[in-house]
Amino acid sequence: MTDPRAARGAADRPGRGGELSRRDLFRLGLTAGGASLAAACGWDGGPHLGPTLHAVSLANDWVGEKLLVSSSRLAPVYPVSRRTPAGLFPAYSISHPLPVVADPAAWAFEVKGLVERPQRLTLAMLQALPRVTYTVKHHCVEGWTAIATWTGVPVASVIALARPTAAARYLRFDSFDHGYFNGWDLKSAMHPQTILAYAWNDRPITPAHGAPLRLYSPIKLGYKLTKFLTAMTFTAERPLGYWEGQGYPWLGGV
Amino acid sequence: MSGKDSDAPAPPRPPDTADGAGSSPTAVDRAGASEVSAAAGAHDPGAEREPAAADTAAAASAAAASAAAASAAAAPAAVVPAAVVPAAVAPAAVVPAAAAGDVVGRLQPAVAVLAAAAPPPAAATGVAVPAGKRPLVHRHHWLVRVTHWANAVLLVGMIGSGLQIYSAFGHFGRRGGPYYPNPFDGKPFPLWARLGGWLAGGLNWHFALAWPFVVTGAAYLLYMAFSGEWRSLLFRPSDVPRAVAMQLYYLRLRKDHPPQGKHNALQKGAYTFILLLGVISVLSGFAIYKPAQLSWLTTLFGGYELARYWHFWAVFLFLAFTLVHVTLVLLVDPASLRAMITGWYRGRFPSHD
Repeated sequence: MTDPRAARGAADRPGRGGELSRRDLFRLGLTAGGASLAAACGWDGGPHLGPTLHAVSLANDWVGEKLLVSSSRLAPVYPVSRRTPAGLFPAYSISHPLPVVADPAAWAFEVKGLVERPQRLTLAMLQALPRVTYTVKHHCVEGWTAIATWTGVPVASVIALARPTAAARYLRFDSFDHGYFNGWDLKSAMHPQTILAYAWNDRPITPAHGAPLRLYSPIKLGYKLTKFLTAMTFTAERPLGYWEGQGYPWLGGV
Repeated sequence: MSGKDSDAPAPPRPPDTADGAGSSPTAVDRAGASEVSAAAGAHDPGAEREPAAADTAAAASAAAASAAAASAAAAPAAVVPAAVVPAAVAPAAVVPAAAAGDVVGRLQPAVAVLAAAAPPPAAATGVAVPAGKRPLVHRHHWLVRVTHWANAVLLVGMIGSGLQIYSAFGHFGRRGGPYYPNPFDGKPFPLWARLGGWLAGGLNWHFALAWPFVVTGAAYLLYMAFSGEWRSLLFRPSDVPRAVAMQLYYLRLRKDHPPQGKHNALQKGAYTFILLLGVISVLSGFAIYKPAQLSWLTTLFGGYELARYWHFWAVFLFLAFTLVHVTLVLLVDPASLRAMITGWYRGRFPSHD
């Protein structure tokens, strides 16, 4: 997961400091209502076209979810030798410093909402469930890629435990990172490569990558992969998401 | 019109007759100005024969006659009555050939293509027709004009939003590098060149404009394919020597302007290239939009990072093409600008092969 909006989490973004402050200034200018040439070119559609762009984005989400996502088609996997050197795999969080669990023994992952059997799963319980390990490419919405090995329990296995009701159509993943959350379609969540990951490159996942548990899937952009997980909730209504609510495409599928 | 194959014998009519000469309020003008097809149909003895009897000579003479008619600049008064003829004759002469299914009928289109592709006599082609004698010809179907300008506008938006997206990560290649050669490596493009304001804005513009871009592009390509117009635009192996001749002329190593039809061989090369570039841009765009779901496509481009790289370079090829395209339109054949707006052309190269 990375920061799709460069203005936030700036401290994690190596070598881009100058650009960030310029963007911040630019956005400030927009907020202040400056009608400069720069503002005109930074046009996001305005009050008239903006909703249209959003509607098209939702239509694209529909195409992506209903027509493109296949529950059986797997994203390509790579040999371990092609991993990105660990220090070069970017990571970020909304809150600073990195959010960490004060008492790991007290941490547990809740499965709730429209389910027959709500769950409260400790890390040991999660690790006892079916395990998936793969080395895949991470696609950031910014355009960069990196390869790493992830290990965890398929979300489909947890879903099977909880037994969602017929009304459940979406999933909401919550974190302890300053309220960061994501909304997911069930089809992507049921994908065999969508996992709750507790290991990264064969070791327990580090705080930078979302310890103790994070959502991972090679069929979604990084900003859909909630780190620092606390709960997943089945809903009937589509949950938005931290970046999705600010204008990023909701589906974020690759 | 009838099938693309059967269009071949009398090359110059698809847009004019297919335009619906009878339904448009400008029907009389159109018919009058489509003297290319009118005259060809009326004066070509071959066109009045039974189609099965049409042979190489007939097809060739049809091509030659139509080409001659194109530069003949007949007076509208003489043409209007004739314009009625091909509407009845041309389809009748053409359709049965395809329908008959006999050997000659099958061979005819191929023969006609060869005849049309062979260099017509210089006198019969639109080599710099002197001003004053230039005929008014209908050059571009409305669908071509609409898709041309729509894609021009859409492309500006696609490039602007694309450069906004690029600015979020101005490198090509995996994290950890090495990054691919890029003169703009790590540099955000200036604000005036970007659309969207921030990454999400750029993405939403890009993904919203992409669909109309694809739809208009596909509409244009389908029109070209089924109208037979592709013949005057697609660069084929036989255009190589003609392109060389044209280049020699531009370099002033050849004195006379080589014979040409609607477009010269270099234009055909440029237009074929830009259509190919459009297709590659769209495909590479899909390859980086859904690299997991469409991984077969992404693999075709050499993987996500390379697909993104090609997608980026397409921008500069589009810009370079546009610069040359607009410059040549204004310097060499300004009349073609009007033709792309109104459809009507009165310029140096009235032929329509």
